[in-house]
Amino acid sequence: MCGAPEQTAELPAGTDLSKESVLVGKVTNGGSPVGGAYVRLLDGTGEFTAEVVSSASGDYRFFAAPGTWTVRALSRAGNGQTEVTVGGPGLFTTEVSVAA
Amino acid sequence: MSRQDALVSADWAEENLDAPNTVFVEVDEDTTAYDGGHIPGAVKLDWKTELQDQVRRDFVDKAGFEKLLSAKGIGNDDTVILYGGNNNWFAAYAYWYFKLYGHQAVKLLDGGRKKWELDGRKLDTEVPQRSQTSYTAKEQDTSIRAFRDEVVNAIGTKNLVDVRSPDEFSGKLLAPAHLPQEQAQRGGHIPSALNVPWSKAANEDGTFKSDDELRKLYSEQGLDSSRSTIAYCRIGERSSHTWFALHELLGESDVKNYDGSWTEYGSLIGVPIETGPGQSGSGS
Repeated sequence: MCGAPEQTAELPAGTDLSKESVLVGKVTNGGSPVGGAYVRLLDGTGEFTAEVVSSASGDYRFFAAPGTWTVRALSRAGNGQTEVTVGGPGLFTTEVSVAA
Repeated sequence: MSRQDALVSADWAEENLDAPNTVFVEVDEDTTAYDGGHIPGAVKLDWKTELQDQVRRDFVDKAGFEKLLSAKGIGNDDTVILYGGNNNWFAAYAYWYFKLYGHQAVKLLDGGRKKWELDGRKLDTEVPQRSQTSYTAKEQDTSIRAFRDEVVNAIGTKNLVDVRSPDEFSGKLLAPAHLPQEQAQRGGHIPSALNVPWSKAANEDGTFKSDDELRKLYSEQGLDSSRSTIAYCRIGERSSHTWFALHELLGESDVKNYDGSWTEYGSLIGVPIETGPGQSGSGS
């Protein structure tokens, strides 16, 4: 873990974290953010659920139901994935590191 | 219809960027992607502001479509190659829309923007200047467009294919997981609908699966090829992707896209709604 303060991705106005589960994170390569990566949210059975493109700062965001999810990133620098469990409403943060 | 008539590969596209009578068109919901870099020579089409009537919930009319294509510099004799982000959702929608207004020479770039970018192919910020044409559209071909009464009447008789994610199908979510869940409507699906998420028809890089894989997928999920089919999703764009797979790639004969989709059906008073995982073709 690096010592920099956690950067919180901006949430759309009206997002109620007492009701919604929001999954945020960064795509990184050797610690540097990867913008323009295709970030795929796969459900507990590995089935595709949603896809977004990471921002210039590598950030992505999903609105997910409680459950176990895989966040998989495809980029020109390579692919990578990580698992995250969403237990209920709130903000869940992960990082996906990609490599060729 | 077959794959050769309906799809072009990224390699073909790269070699034909300057081909005569060929117009590349990027279609997106958020056109900032185009502005940041697009396939060289491509013009942009905005799904929300250009293809939808800005007052009524419907498409632009025939005269509006003629005006739009004329202004974009697209002629009746041009072959239109569509591509976009979101795994070609809106490009597939535009493909269906072009067919609806009778433009036959239209193809989809396999893999869309995603494959193009992941391959590291060239993107350009220069906006091409195309001279105005005088485009003539046909009346809407409603043999490929389903409306709500037809959908209600199709319950239990036609194949209804709900191509949303399982959580949207069951009623747990009202929109895909990358969008805020703000809709005030009921969750669930049309009774008797099969749930075959659009994503099952695509590979990870956004290209379509092979015809054999697609045929196997829909038959395993319980699609009865002897019946007519209506595909729907939330707003009709993901179901255009599945309509494309069934009608254009596999050549199924009577396939319609229900563009009203769940945002219309799930807001109708009095229609039946089913919640939960529903039926599937694999014996459950």
